[in-house]
Amino acid sequence: MYAYDEIDRTLVNERVSEFRDQVQRRLSGELTEDEFKSLRLMNGVYLQLHAYMLRVAIPYGTLSSPQLRKLAHVARRYDRGYGHFTTRQNIQYNWIKLSELPDALEDLAAVGIHGMQTSGNCIRNITTDQWAGVAPGEIEDPRIWAEILRQYSTLHPEFSFLPRKFKIAITASDHDRAAIKIHDIGLRIRKNEQGETGFEVLVGGGLGRTPFIGKTIKQFVVHRDILSYVEAILRVYNQYGRRDNIYKARIKILVHELGIEKFAQEVEDEWLQMRDGVLALDDAVVEDIRSRFSYPAYQKLSDNPDEMKAASADPRFAMWLGNSVAPHRVTGYSIVTLSLKPVGMPPGDATAEQMDAIADLADKYSSGEIRVGHEQNLALPNVAKRDLPALWRALDKIGVATPNVNLITDIIACPGLDYCSLANARSIPIAQELTKRFADPDLANMIGKLHINISGCINACGHHHVGHIGILGVEKNNEEFYQITIGGRADEQAEMGTLIGPAVPYADVADVVEDIVEAYLALRARPDETFVETVKRLGVTPFKERVYATR
Amino acid sequence: MTSPLQQKIKITGASIVTANRTGDGVVIYRTADKSWSSRIADASVVHNADEARALLSEAVADDVGAIGAYIAPVEVIEGKIEPGNLREHIRSEGLTIELLPVPA
Repeated sequence: MYAYDEIDRTLVNERVSEFRDQVQRRLSGELTEDEFKSLRLMNGVYLQLHAYMLRVAIPYGTLSSPQLRKLAHVARRYDRGYGHFTTRQNIQYNWIKLSELPDALEDLAAVGIHGMQTSGNCIRNITTDQWAGVAPGEIEDPRIWAEILRQYSTLHPEFSFLPRKFKIAITASDHDRAAIKIHDIGLRIRKNEQGETGFEVLVGGGLGRTPFIGKTIKQFVVHRDILSYVEAILRVYNQYGRRDNIYKARIKILVHELGIEKFAQEVEDEWLQMRDGVLALDDAVVEDIRSRFSYPAYQKLSDNPDEMKAASADPRFAMWLGNSVAPHRVTGYSIVTLSLKPVGMPPGDATAEQMDAIADLADKYSSGEIRVGHEQNLALPNVAKRDLPALWRALDKIGVATPNVNLITDIIACPGLDYCSLANARSIPIAQELTKRFADPDLANMIGKLHINISGCINACGHHHVGHIGILGVEKNNEEFYQITIGGRADEQAEMGTLIGPAVPYADVADVVEDIVEAYLALRARPDETFVETVKRLGVTPFKERVYATR
Repeated sequence: MTSPLQQKIKITGASIVTANRTGDGVVIYRTADKSWSSRIADASVVHNADEARALLSEAVADDVGAIGAYIAPVEVIEGKIEPGNLREHIRSEGLTIELLPVPA
């Protein structure tokens, strides 16, 4: 965990009292909605179909148990008893009252969390691998660098009014769990030949109306230079990014139109003027931030404790163990993913009771720490293997032990037309129907790794372009239709999916997915050839033929 | 941002004006007595662009009470006002999905 200091606390508290005054002036009519809108958005407050929505940042996806309890408290006291974890390590409350928002934000501020920079044309919540600091083989904990970037970007005057929003993600593992290639800037931590830490820098990734995979702009930026290099990118974007057309305002469009070489040259020219200035990172500063992250005092534990041997006879435990428990960098410990994808329920939702119970379990079994992943699941990062059977029983009791992580029912979905004012079509009911169709864990395991991503509009909050099967809701003559893509992926081999054919009506979507899955099972070269590997090998044609043969 | 009143108003049938209540965001409908109601049944129904513009204009003028007023299609079936599209059905009737059980 990172320990916030007095500067952080003062900043967040001052923002709450400022916003309280703004809300009062809005409710009294002193501020018009036109005047108030940008102020509320700066605090993560949107207006959706039924109510205001509050988006709260969870920096680099790390929560302490008191923070999670506070998120539960806000859900219970100010909302309808649940929250929705998003694809960018945020939580959203869907039913919050404007008049109560200052109180909710004051309660959150007590544990150092807030909604700043979860909206608007600024640098958004810095995200990273939900297994940061505990993943085997990781070069180093990427959260240290995410925290440095968080401090640098918070209320940065030069970058609070960019042409458009700006998202940064960091990973330090070979396997990219942070989806860095679909971010405005993606950072991959590496070591050079001298053993120095640095970053491969990618730029211009993003989804939405015009999707692009990020391109490497520099193979290695040594750690002392990372802030100046990021700032050089932001300056070039701020200067040349389009402000005349919202659909062409993201950095990905600028990179595409200039070309990566020309863009890189602009950045290089800017950077060379400033790299030795105030943004050059002093080792003492980095060490100070590193020292504010605390890690558990790991014990020397058995990697195969008796408790596990006994419990493994239970096939339900064994299935969960095989699916939701991952190796830890420390012998005798595990990383446990908590599935927020129970059959028939909205992906990413958690009730206040679940959040409280998870916070208690984190205290008991995971050094009081909880992680949030972009796949809309939670994780306990520090679980002793001997505790896994007891933890599983407790997680099962509260409904977060569905053994479907990375399987076909581990669906990423945006809120869609049930909540969102931008959506054209519903996402959640499609996800719910699909989880029912593939509810049989044996079937899901036989299918293997398969990510379904659903978005209710082209803004792509459900990351449909990079789903192994992507589903995009569109509206045609007042009816919901869905475009289906296959073969996308969001990891280190990120790729956009390919459209398989004309959009299908709402009622046909689950049947179409079943057809695609049946085609895959018939076509895969061997049982362990994953869905995306089969699509890569064969292309979309056989799937398209299967889906449209009878439609 | 363009004001809804500056946008060209095109309606093809019965329409109403709807918005969200400023204090709590609840879905509301403009009524004939220049007020707001949370029941679509109370909405004032208009049938042409001039009527719609007038209704929207007075709704937008209430910046303290309501936010984001716009014209929405409805169907009037045997005197009963029904939302004219899925979005308005959802706004009027609520979520179409099952939620995790939350203690009362």
